[in-house]
Amino acid sequence: MENDCSLPAGSAPCIDERQFSIMTTGKNKSRIHCADDSLAGAVSQRACVYSGARVVLNPVTDAVHLVHGPIGCASYTWDIRGSLSSDSEMFRQSFSTDLKERDVVFGGEPKLAACIDEIVEKYHPPAIFVYSTCVVGMIGDDIIAVCKEASHRHGIEVIPVESSGFISGNKIVGYRAAGDALLKLIRPKEGETVEKTRKLNYLGEYNLGGEKWLVESYLREMGIEINVAFTGDSTVADLKKAPGACLNLVQCTGSMHWVAMSLDQEYGIPYIDVNFFGAENTAESLRKIASFYGDDEIMRRTEALIEREMKKVRPVIDRYREKLTGKRAAIYVGGAFKALAIIRQLKELGMEVMFTGTQTGKQEDYEQISSIVSEGTVVIDDANPAEIEKFLLEKDVDMMAGGVKERFLAHKLGIGFVDHNHDRKDGLAGFEGAIRFAREVYATTCSPVWERVKKNPFEEVQD
Amino acid sequence: MTDCTVTTRVRQVNENQCHMCMPLGGVVALRGVEHSIALVHGSQGCSTYMRLANVEHFNEPIDIASSSLNEKQTIFGGEANLRKALDNVIRVYQPKVIGIMTSCLAETMGDDIERFIETYKNDREIREIDIIPVSTPSYNGTHTEGFWATTRAVVAYYARPTERHPGINVIVPNISPADIREIKRILDLMGLEYTLLPDYSLTLDRPFGGRYQKIAPGGTSTAGIARMAGAQATIQFGLTCPEPLSPGLFLEQQFGVPLINLPLPIGLDSMDLFVRTLHDLSRRPVPESLVLERGWLCDGMADAHKINAGARPAIYGEPELIYALAKLCMENGSIPAVIASGTQNSGLVGLLQPLLKDALEEPVILEEADFVTIEEAAVRKGANLAIGHSGGRYLTERQGIPGVRVGYPIHDRIGGQRILSVGYTGTLAFLDRFTNTLLEAKHGSYRRLRKEEMLNKKGVSNAKA
Repeated sequence: MENDCSLPAGSAPCIDERQFSIMTTGKNKSRIHCADDSLAGAVSQRACVYSGARVVLNPVTDAVHLVHGPIGCASYTWDIRGSLSSDSEMFRQSFSTDLKERDVVFGGEPKLAACIDEIVEKYHPPAIFVYSTCVVGMIGDDIIAVCKEASHRHGIEVIPVESSGFISGNKIVGYRAAGDALLKLIRPKEGETVEKTRKLNYLGEYNLGGEKWLVESYLREMGIEINVAFTGDSTVADLKKAPGACLNLVQCTGSMHWVAMSLDQEYGIPYIDVNFFGAENTAESLRKIASFYGDDEIMRRTEALIEREMKKVRPVIDRYREKLTGKRAAIYVGGAFKALAIIRQLKELGMEVMFTGTQTGKQEDYEQISSIVSEGTVVIDDANPAEIEKFLLEKDVDMMAGGVKERFLAHKLGIGFVDHNHDRKDGLAGFEGAIRFAREVYATTCSPVWERVKKNPFEEVQD
Repeated sequence: MTDCTVTTRVRQVNENQCHMCMPLGGVVALRGVEHSIALVHGSQGCSTYMRLANVEHFNEPIDIASSSLNEKQTIFGGEANLRKALDNVIRVYQPKVIGIMTSCLAETMGDDIERFIETYKNDREIREIDIIPVSTPSYNGTHTEGFWATTRAVVAYYARPTERHPGINVIVPNISPADIREIKRILDLMGLEYTLLPDYSLTLDRPFGGRYQKIAPGGTSTAGIARMAGAQATIQFGLTCPEPLSPGLFLEQQFGVPLINLPLPIGLDSMDLFVRTLHDLSRRPVPESLVLERGWLCDGMADAHKINAGARPAIYGEPELIYALAKLCMENGSIPAVIASGTQNSGLVGLLQPLLKDALEEPVILEEADFVTIEEAAVRKGANLAIGHSGGRYLTERQGIPGVRVGYPIHDRIGGQRILSVGYTGTLAFLDRFTNTLLEAKHGSYRRLRKEEMLNKKGVSNAKA
């Protein structure tokens, strides 16, 4: 293990305990530490369990998402994703039980019950997800009981999501809580059956910028139908049909692998991993899906689609590659699935990946990442701003891909930045997404702004 | 005003929040103290959310540390994690001041932060770093109260009995860095020595260039804060600041520094009052340049008065700002349709009543409001402008009411840190945005709307047909 933190105290300070979460490919002999809780005081970029649960469930469009806790947890996550809906906009309302001191002292259960009653009276939603937060976990509100009673009282689904933030600083735990809630929602009631179809479920797809719709249009052209996506542009009724699919596609592996495995066990639905970020990944994924169906007509249509789309994408990528070859990139994103996709796309654009990392990657994710980057690339789990700054400068990076928190650090250092987070408004998936991504990478890496703002024409003459 | 409707939220559920949580305001205020960093004692998520909200508003990198509490500490107490967090923050950031804001979780656990800090400082033999705890559980207040509580805690930490001096104290609420710079410029023009707190005009809006520093340069110096106790007076833009959280009141009660609470200098009347107060304190003439700026504002008000008279804005956000904006509207002949704050007990209603007593229309005043209530009132009252932070985006998206962004937080536009609304120049800049938003809506629709109203589908006047 190359210890990248062995600088003298005071120069570019790093935290000793973090050294095993940072490695350099080709040099490391031991494995990266990535299952640890975030280190206190390290200014981790991670969020919390609640956050993980909320981003996974929030795109269920016609459900009410009620956050049980003091106001902050709801107000920070109001309309947090750029998920689009074909119908109901209920999911974009932000409901909070807005707990006050008296509730914390005497318990928040009565207020939760009252809030549910108000919501049902006003909106009659098919389901309410009730998220627990830190305080609720601490004061011991029995949200399972309150939800159960409310469910009986109103004859709708009221599903507790056990997402008290302090359980872990790692969103993965929240993904699991959301997965539990989804499995509970779709499980057929006694005596009910869900009819089996030739349709597929699309897991870990949140319809950011209409990405689910785009993939749906490809699949439709191939002769395949989506049953329901987890959870982009889904409704409660659609989700209940999930057990009727013949295949599960898993896109965002971090949030949905566990759900896919559960669906396999419970309903015998097999799953395959797909990745629609990047033209090559998209083509590969479409072929994988087609071959599952093993139908010649589907295969033929798939190849025709890929050929047609690749003809549009290739010249664009080639044009940008000329400008971008040899430029140096950094990637720091939430999950490994996204990191892998971006690494591949940047390599297609001729760029070198100098460092990369994730908030929630697992051991096997990091092994996979290490195997596709070149030797000498720095790989970091749960990086903090000081580490990101250090490696952006040390590795002389030209462009970084990440989320909002990293954006302005890159800008301050005069480095281009591509947003690849869940509040983006434009789709980056599929063939057209690959074009949009390449255009954005070029626009920021080669922006005429950088050479200008880095110059100081008055250095000699200023005070 | 005869029987203007005042409503406090009666429902239990809060639907589309008009306020944020208490430590968030604390984090902003603390950035106004030189060489400082905030540490949120709570789950990792709290500090990450606060970073996100501030990064999006200020368009700056913003580091906020966390004690990253997890399940174990909620049972055994958060001391060990807080100590580790302090160790790491000190090592990486080398701050001179650390403000510890408590989250709901830490408050519910009942951690005794003051004792933790004392033990820590003794064990580590720390003398050069000031560690200031602020209690900010968001079940007790909004980001507005968090801002005041933190500012007051900072004053209480540093202020010491000092020899009297002719300088003044200026205490600002949560306004933009550009607003702070403008207030400082006016103070300089009036030739006053002053300590302005919290001064995040540079730390939350740093110019590009030079070596990147982890803690942004700028902020009120702690020596300056200590001297606040000897000032001839405190000007605090805090008419709505609750007394127990009032930094100015603390200085008055503890050190006898007279407190002058003023409205934010937005609008002609409020700015005149500010300048008059500065003149009284400095005994210096009002400089020609400021008189010119006043003249330009008056000219702008005269030219736009009939357009502005047609404005029926819904104004929402933090109480101090919306009070100032409501005054600005009234002095330009516009009666707000809705005046709403997510905060409760700010005294806003009492302040607004004298302003509205002769008004021909009745605004709806909402305290502890959420946006579902604001939206409903705005539509019912025929609001044609939505003035405030990004929380009001549905007023535009769903109700088609054009928006003017001002306040905090703003994440659907760029440059929240540069929005200027104070002073004569800032007021005119705001008023032009106000008027032009009305004009843009008018020009974009008046032909079509009138046609739809007066003619039938064949283009024939309805009256004839």
